[in-house]
Amino acid sequence: MYSEKVMDHFEHPRNVGEIENASGVGTVGNAKCGDIMRIYLDIDESRIIRDVKFKTFGCGAAVATSSMATELVKGKSIQEAMQVTNKAVMEALDGLPPVKVHCSLLAEEAIHAALWDYAEKHGIKIEGLEKPKSDIHEDEEAEEEEY
Amino acid sequence: MEKLIYLDNAATTRTAPEVVEAMLPYFTENYGNPSSVYSFASQNKNAVNMQREIIADALGAKSNEIYFTAGGSEADNWALKAAAEAYGEKGNHIITTKIEHHAILHTCEYLEKRGFEVTYLDVDEEGVVKLQDLEAAIRPTTILISVMYANNEIGTLQPMKEIGEIALAHGILFHTDAVQAFGQVPIHVDEYHIDMLSASGHKLNGPKGIGFLYIRKGVKIRSFVHGGAQERKRRAGTENVPGIIGLGTAVRRALKTMKTRTEKEKKLRDYLIDRVLAEIPYCRLNGHRTKRLPNNANFSFQFIEGESLLIRLDMKGICGSSGSACTSGSLDPSHVLLAIGLPHEIAHGSLRLTLGEDTTKEEMDYVVEALKEIVSGLRNMSPLYEDFIRKNNRQTYFMKG
Repeated sequence: MYSEKVMDHFEHPRNVGEIENASGVGTVGNAKCGDIMRIYLDIDESRIIRDVKFKTFGCGAAVATSSMATELVKGKSIQEAMQVTNKAVMEALDGLPPVKVHCSLLAEEAIHAALWDYAEKHGIKIEGLEKPKSDIHEDEEAEEEEY
Repeated sequence: MEKLIYLDNAATTRTAPEVVEAMLPYFTENYGNPSSVYSFASQNKNAVNMQREIIADALGAKSNEIYFTAGGSEADNWALKAAAEAYGEKGNHIITTKIEHHAILHTCEYLEKRGFEVTYLDVDEEGVVKLQDLEAAIRPTTILISVMYANNEIGTLQPMKEIGEIALAHGILFHTDAVQAFGQVPIHVDEYHIDMLSASGHKLNGPKGIGFLYIRKGVKIRSFVHGGAQERKRRAGTENVPGIIGLGTAVRRALKTMKTRTEKEKKLRDYLIDRVLAEIPYCRLNGHRTKRLPNNANFSFQFIEGESLLIRLDMKGICGSSGSACTSGSLDPSHVLLAIGLPHEIAHGSLRLTLGEDTTKEEMDYVVEALKEIVSGLRNMSPLYEDFIRKNNRQTYFMKG
């Protein structure tokens, strides 16, 4: 069902973890649908992404797309990172099954959400970047009430 | 991957070698059409009827009450659609449960579009139908109660006898989908007042593509497939002779081994459950602790997602299944896990392991060790677990081991 590249990134995910005092953190998706991605960015003064880490709750494709997305943005400038679309992630993974395409969208959104967080913290505007659509925190709190 | 550890026997089972052996002559040697007159073919009619008797005996039924079908889903479709049609004048109300197999649920939806009303009963948190809810749901127009014998995901066994008594007292037909239960637990159609029962061959080490519907004598039921006179004109089409022979052989075998097999499976199942619950934190057993199929274990592991878990298990040669959305091709996790009250994210992290006759204790140990490593690995990359740890181990929905 998955390409070899997807399986490789699932089996050996790159850049898993957290970054203390990250320049930007973005979390997208929600637990209800079974996918949550969190991206940590370490961006230096010349606005180059020096380091990137991720954590993902989700299926094989969700893990692989997060892993690939972190590889694609690492060492890149912010503007270059903005070019990392879901299509780019999918192509780098040699494709995804149709039902898993949303995972690649989530990976793109996670990068954007982390960049948005960075931009807000630094009071800058990144061209072409919009406020992330999904923020899980409100949902999450509401759901925990039901426990 | 050195060795395959097959723990998905609720999905399908290995066809027993002696079952295959019994079937083989009916492809190349005894290939005659049972409806033909000459003795070469008509002996196949006897062979088919012998299997019918074996199955009837297994249920405490009569052989002319067993109708062969292409499997469990067909039997479920037939029972519901034909009963709705035959009893449509009496009423238009059907009672079933929220945890049925899709062969029942989607057939009910189909009937709803055609003017029938369906009550989907809730179950308790262990997956058991509440009898007072069933009583309360009965209307003068209720024509059918359909409750599965045992649930395919969480293994919970339903109070068949009590449900049968309620149906009988109200003069309502009682159908049960026994696809998972047949061959695993003793079933007696008279004792439980069952009017119709669906079962399938490949869940009990028989072949795929064959099953049957038991229809109590006297129950009005329409033909499902029109054509020839096979199956007392109710299900036309040349008999799947090798399949029927395979089914009968598998049933005879399953009954003979039931006691020792299920006792062994229960022991291993309990060993697996006890170890997993004791050794893996933030995990729970889904379904009833004791009123469950002897071979079924269903867990939820908090903070992780089922498909990831399945792929990692597969890398270690272990076959299981999950109720996560990703494995069902939809956005929602299993309807059964939601019906027992699990929040979505807990339902996404479910794992069903169903043992078989060949399962060993060594395999259970291997699976527990693999699970410990995999669950911990997936949690380490889960943002949900990260948040949880940050919130300093506050009380959660999960029981503490």
